[in-house]
Amino acid sequence: MALLDIRNLVVEFDTAAGPFRAVDGVSLQVDPREVLAIVGESGSGKSVSMLAVMGLLPWTAKVSAERMVFDGRDMMAMSAGERRRIIGKEIAMIFQEPIASLNPCFTVGFQIEEVLRFHLGLDKKSRRDRAVELLTQVGIPDPAARLNAFPHQMSGGQCQRVMIAMALACNPKLLIADEPTTALDVTIQKQILDLLMQLQAEHGMALIMITHNMGVVAETADRVIVQYKGRKMEEADVLSLFENPQSNYTRALLSALPENATGDRLPTIAGLMEDFTPAPSAGEGARP
Amino acid sequence: MNDTVLSARNLKRDYHLGGGLFAKGRTIHAVKGVSFDVARGKTLAVVGESGCGKSTLARMITMIEAPTAGELAIDGEEIDIVRKGMTPELRRKVQIVFQNPYGSLNPRQKIGDVLGEPLLINSKTPKSERDDRAMEMLKKVGLQPEHFNRYPHMFSGGQRQRIAIARALMLRPKLLVLDEPVSALDLSVQAQVLNLLADLQDEFNLTYVFISHDLSVVRYIADEVMVMYFGEAVEYGSRDAVFSNPQHEYTRTLFAATPRADVASIKARLARRAA
Repeated sequence: MALLDIRNLVVEFDTAAGPFRAVDGVSLQVDPREVLAIVGESGSGKSVSMLAVMGLLPWTAKVSAERMVFDGRDMMAMSAGERRRIIGKEIAMIFQEPIASLNPCFTVGFQIEEVLRFHLGLDKKSRRDRAVELLTQVGIPDPAARLNAFPHQMSGGQCQRVMIAMALACNPKLLIADEPTTALDVTIQKQILDLLMQLQAEHGMALIMITHNMGVVAETADRVIVQYKGRKMEEADVLSLFENPQSNYTRALLSALPENATGDRLPTIAGLMEDFTPAPSAGEGARP
Repeated sequence: MNDTVLSARNLKRDYHLGGGLFAKGRTIHAVKGVSFDVARGKTLAVVGESGCGKSTLARMITMIEAPTAGELAIDGEEIDIVRKGMTPELRRKVQIVFQNPYGSLNPRQKIGDVLGEPLLINSKTPKSERDDRAMEMLKKVGLQPEHFNRYPHMFSGGQRQRIAIARALMLRPKLLVLDEPVSALDLSVQAQVLNLLADLQDEFNLTYVFISHDLSVVRYIADEVMVMYFGEAVEYGSRDAVFSNPQHEYTRTLFAATPRADVASIKARLARRAA
């Protein structure tokens, strides 16, 4: 059974020019222990659909779905309080800007322990021990001393490691990583991706990787969903997506990669593209 | 005439951090002596991670800052802005395009005025001619005449980067410094901007210094590559030499860290994962 099962998710925002549909009927399933990548350019709705799952969208957003079930529980029917007990505990999320995601006024130790206090109700001593253990897991040197550091005293890569430690604090079943390495240098990106993959395998959690970088997709995913303007264009396992893309949008995206350049100009994705069609397999609730 | 547009010899830049009441002053060696030459119409790519000195190098080449030591010659002319100062003629030779097209345009300035401003400051061109040349450049970078009277917020990121490139070209520079010009853009838009840069290079015989951390872009656009690490050029050579046979340990680390999107490496990864 799928860990997270979403059918026909629609997210609309009210704007001065009328309602704007950011996510237009996206269905997705994630199995336990699976790595799913959602790839798309800005405005494709890839982040918004996951924020809708987390309940982190502003009140101006209208979210509707035929089905939104996490681990056998219907998230649409849940009260805000019930949802808050799941979010951060069983579903955790990390974001693109690690330094901006942490509160600058508190030490990283306080922020990790806050999660442990809220969700697990641990006492002071065991919170401290668990926080040291978490920082050790994510590879921060001298973890006991670093717990007293403020976010501005750490580098971007280290802040992202702290974010991962916070996300892992309650051993979540599902981790959503929203562009976790976009703000980082390539060598640090490699370290963070390796760390995420290693922790995913060790803890047996499911991982949703939101990214616009085809290289990151190729390095991490089992299965891939390609989104464009709020619609799902293609869903396939990672090898078939790169070997034999079905949607013409995926093909255009792959051919725009500089490393795939053949001539002295890159093929571009033409104009304002209304003519892209989803692959047949991307249809209603379909699974390749 | 020598066809080297940009030549640097042992270029250095130090920053002195003033000591406070309790702290002692420190000196940071941001660039520790780099040398290179770029021929006319060619592209030199400077690669490195944040803090390696590549943007400091860009500031010295664009004459925003003077080097602490070393020699810099642009288009055969020795540059010494500390002693000789800047002239409009010097400013015309080098222009720069910045990374973030949202931060580099004045939100209260119409696009036509954005493009006319370099001429207004550095030359005595009358208003009507400035507007004509701005309009011409606007079309050249793939925008429409009706964009002339619009404000920056009405444009997408890729369009803004086109505007920034157009502004840089208004003075008909010999050398264009591109500081991460496509790293804030989506993949499809990135391809369009890279193509535009290639077209403009052919048309105006421009020389580029292309600063980037994205090796796949560098491999596509560069003729020569310089890899910087902690202020030093650890690797410098033709693109093919650097990519096929990297000499320095750090360059190899950088290549190994770049995610690969080809079918063979996906198969290898899946095999490792299954094992």
